[in-house]
This record gives sequence, C-alpha cells and structure tokens, in this order.
Amino acid sequence: MSSQRPSAWYAVPAFAFFALFAALPMLLVIYLSFTAWDGLGTPTLNGGENWSRLLDDAEARASVWRTLVLMVVSWLVQTPIALLIGVWAAGKQRSRAVLSSIFFLPLLLSTAAIALLWQALLEPNFGAFVGGPLFLGDPDIALYTVVLVISWQFIPFHTLLYQGAARAVPPSLYEAATIDGASRVSKFRHITLPQLRYTIVTSSVLMLVGSLTTFDTVLILTNGGPGTATRILPLHMYITGFSGFEMGYASAIAVVLVVLGTALSLAVMRWSGFRQMSSQQEGS
Amino acid sequence: MKSRPNWPAGIFALVWLAIVVGPLLYLVTVSLRTRAEYLGKSVWEMPDALSLDNYVTVLTGGFGQYLLNNVIVTVATVAIVVLVTVPAAYAVVRNTSQFVQRGFTLLLMGLAIPAQATIIPVYLMITRMQLYDTLTAIILPTAAFALPVAMLVLVNSLRDVPRELYEAQAIDGAGPMRVLVSLVLPLARPAIMTVVVYTALNAWNGFLFPLVLTQSESSRVLTLGLWDFQGQFGTNVPALLAAVTLSVLPIFVVYLIGRRFLLSGLTAGFGK
Repeated sequence: MSSQRPSAWYAVPAFAFFALFAALPMLLVIYLSFTAWDGLGTPTLNGGENWSRLLDDAEARASVWRTLVLMVVSWLVQTPIALLIGVWAAGKQRSRAVLSSIFFLPLLLSTAAIALLWQALLEPNFGAFVGGPLFLGDPDIALYTVVLVISWQFIPFHTLLYQGAARAVPPSLYEAATIDGASRVSKFRHITLPQLRYTIVTSSVLMLVGSLTTFDTVLILTNGGPGTATRILPLHMYITGFSGFEMGYASAIAVVLVVLGTALSLAVMRWSGFRQMSSQQEGS
Repeated sequence: MKSRPNWPAGIFALVWLAIVVGPLLYLVTVSLRTRAEYLGKSVWEMPDALSLDNYVTVLTGGFGQYLLNNVIVTVATVAIVVLVTVPAAYAVVRNTSQFVQRGFTLLLMGLAIPAQATIIPVYLMITRMQLYDTLTAIILPTAAFALPVAMLVLVNSLRDVPRELYEAQAIDGAGPMRVLVSLVLPLARPAIMTVVVYTALNAWNGFLFPLVLTQSESSRVLTLGLWDFQGQFGTNVPALLAAVTLSVLPIFVVYLIGRRFLLSGLTAGFGK
C-alpha cells in the first residue's frame, strides 16, 4: 500500500514558502542589480551600469577592505577565547557548570540591546571609561571597538559549540594519555585540538560569514562613522539603498555579499563534510 | 581521577567572567539610577539611592505596544515555521520522490543565503503585496529564513526513528496523517522544541526586516523601539538602559526555566 507513505504534498507548503520569500528574493536581487530603481517607481533595466560603477567605486572598495579587517580580527579575537573557555566549561565540576551558565548570558540579549548597552558603556563623558580612549569616536580605533562589541556578543555562542564538542571527546583518550604521563598542555594539543577540528571549521565559518554580514551592530553603534571609518559592506549597501535611494546599485553590492558568503559556506561544506552536520545527536 | 585544579585556566575563566558580567552589571545598575545621579556621578561610585522611575518612564512610553507587537510577530513566526516544517520533514524522511528530495537539497542551500543581501528584493515584494508597514511584512520573511535550519534539525531527528516503527503503524492500517500525529509528533518533540526556541529567538531579536519593512509606531517591534528610545530619550541613558533591561527580561525568564532547551535552540543545526 503506497498510501501509507506521506505524499509530496506534505512538503509543498514549506517548499513554496521558502521559494517565495527566500529563493525568489535571491533571484530578484540579481535582476535588480541590472536596473535603476529609486525604491518608489518601477525598476528599469540599465545594463551593466551598476556593475561598472561598482568596479570604480573607491568607497565600495574601502568598505570591502574594512569588512575583511573586521572578519580577520574578529576571528583572531574570538576563536582562541571561545575554544579555551568552551573546553574549560566542558569539565564536569559544579563550579564550571555555574560559571558557564553565566558565560552564556550575553546570548539572551538582542543585537540592538547589546549595541545600545555598549554605546552607553563607552560613552566618553558619562560612560564607564571617562578620560579613556574615545573608542567609537576615534576613527583609528572605532572599527576595533566594533570588533570588541561583536566578540562580546558572539564568543558565548562559539563557547557553547566548543563546550558541546569537547564533552563528546571520548574520556578514554585522556585516560590513556594520563597513564602515559602526558602533561595538560600536551593533552590539549594532541587530543583536544584534533578532536575538535570539525567544530573549529564550523565555528570559524559561522564567524566569518557572521562578520561578513554584520549590520545592525554597526548601524546602531556608529552608523558607519566617524566619517566612514566603520562603513563595512552590508552597511554600505543599506545606506546606498535606503538612504541614497539607489536600490539598483545597492543590489549589486548585495550580490557581492552573497557571492562572498556562498564561497565561505561552500568551504564549510567541503571541509567539515555534510556527514558531520547530519550525524549530530540531539541534546548531547 | 583528574582532580588537580587547573589554576591558569581558572584564572582565565574568572577574567572572562568579569568581562561578561561587567557590562551586564552596568546595564542593570545604571537603569536603577536617577538621571541626576547618572550625570553627576561616575558609574564607579555608589549611588545615593536606587529608583525604579526609569522603568515607569519606559512602561508609559509606548513600550507596551512594542512588546505586544514583538509577541505577535514571534508567535506567528513560530506557528508558521512549525506548521509547515513538521509535515515537510516527515515527507523528506518517508517520501523518496525526486521532487521532495531535490526540494530539500535546495532548501538546505538556503543556509548560505545571508538575509542582509535580500532586503532590497524583499522590500520590493512586500511593497508590491501592499504589506509594507504591517506586522505580516515582518513575519513572512522572518519565517522563511528560519526554514532551512528548522528543516535540518527536524529531518535529522526523524532520520533517527527506526523504520520498523513506521512499518508497525502501517500494518495497523494507519494513514500518513495518523502516523504524523501519533508517531512523528511525539518522537520529534525535542527537535520541535529546538526549532521553536531557535525561531522564537530569531523573531524576538530580529532587527533587519522590521527596519526596512515597517515605519510607523503602531507596527514597531521591540528592537526598533529600543533604537527609537535612543533618539527619544536623548541623554536619558538610564531610561534607555531600563528599556534594554525590560526587553531582555522575558528571554531571561525562559533561560531560568529551560536553559537546556534555550541553549540547544541557539546552536540549532550546528551544535554537537
């Protein structure tokens, strides 16, 4: 009896919904990148005008560079801390369980909440560091201040990934190494790190794609300023489209974002393998 | 067996604790200061008295409307996602047709689509559908972008169900709808909880879609409301931080009740 199996109709609502509101926009953005549109009237095709303009746009190039700096520095700051704290928090001690439940608190705050909190905290006249650096007001360090805020927001998430992965490392590996007289550092280097390699790849790519698409944090913290010191690519797209009303040109920038993001995500599929993602166990 | 305390790691963890807790303490303590105290004294000094005035200011300043909007958006998004993904995941696991399997693969490719890159076409579609500046405008794309992770989590969990269980149901003469209700739903409950938490957090904390798809106060959600408070309160930072604290409170309560579910929802699809 074939009727015992669910018909394809069971999948249609989900597929249709996804096609309409996620896949169709993906195709539309490519189309729009070849049009001129002010956001009100009808988009009209203008050939490759947006694209040739993008190639000559010094501001766009600068924003791509800032985005790359943000990605690399965020990765360098977040990965070691998240890895060490995650492995530490994986321990069974009661104190570690209590502390890690506090470590995860930033995960509860929305990006808007975090950006507003840090903006108040770093405010030069009434914040917590009166007389210190200008942080968000200093063009030389504003981008790094943004990295600081992003790291505070996302390290807990990656800690959580590493904690879960570290708990899944077979204890027998450590027991054997202990019998052999291996030091703590050498156990970390020769057992923990290799066992966590898939998690390192997954976490890194999530981090890189996350930094690539960082938007709300910067919009609230600096709106790209001072000057254009923190105008990263997604913000450049938003300002071009929704403040400058050049939606066609902004779409071309959006396509660049998608291409960069897809390239990074394909890397995760390649390195960590799909098997890894589909063989995860719930709740461990 | 390995009881020797690890001092360097412990100290590192305590430093990290200070970095995590410091800003949160700042958030709560400043929200309890009066504006005069905030402007007149350093935050490192003890305030003369704590006051809940800021919370009164916030609660009488449109916060209730934003909160209600947030609840509506979150509940509707979760409802849509669960309603369409549970039957779809069941079909992906039990229906081997090309349509279903290819569709699932395409849907998973959605994991790689950054929502940021789609805001311009989504804006175009929403305005053409006459939905601009409504809560529906926020709900539809928010739900759509939650689908890939939700499907990944549900399909993975249903793949672990032994085939014999489905076959036993079939022998009893149960149709697919009964199997869905009496077998799939109970077995997928932990995975559904994960999906609910993941989707709810995304909807609750969403910023981008509300930013470009709504405008007026009546359809403003909390995250945008907070941003708007910033302009409205000007230098009244204590009131702003009271609003921020209030916005976190509901999720904090959920965290206290069901930490495990909340954390599994956060790493949905990527946790181990």
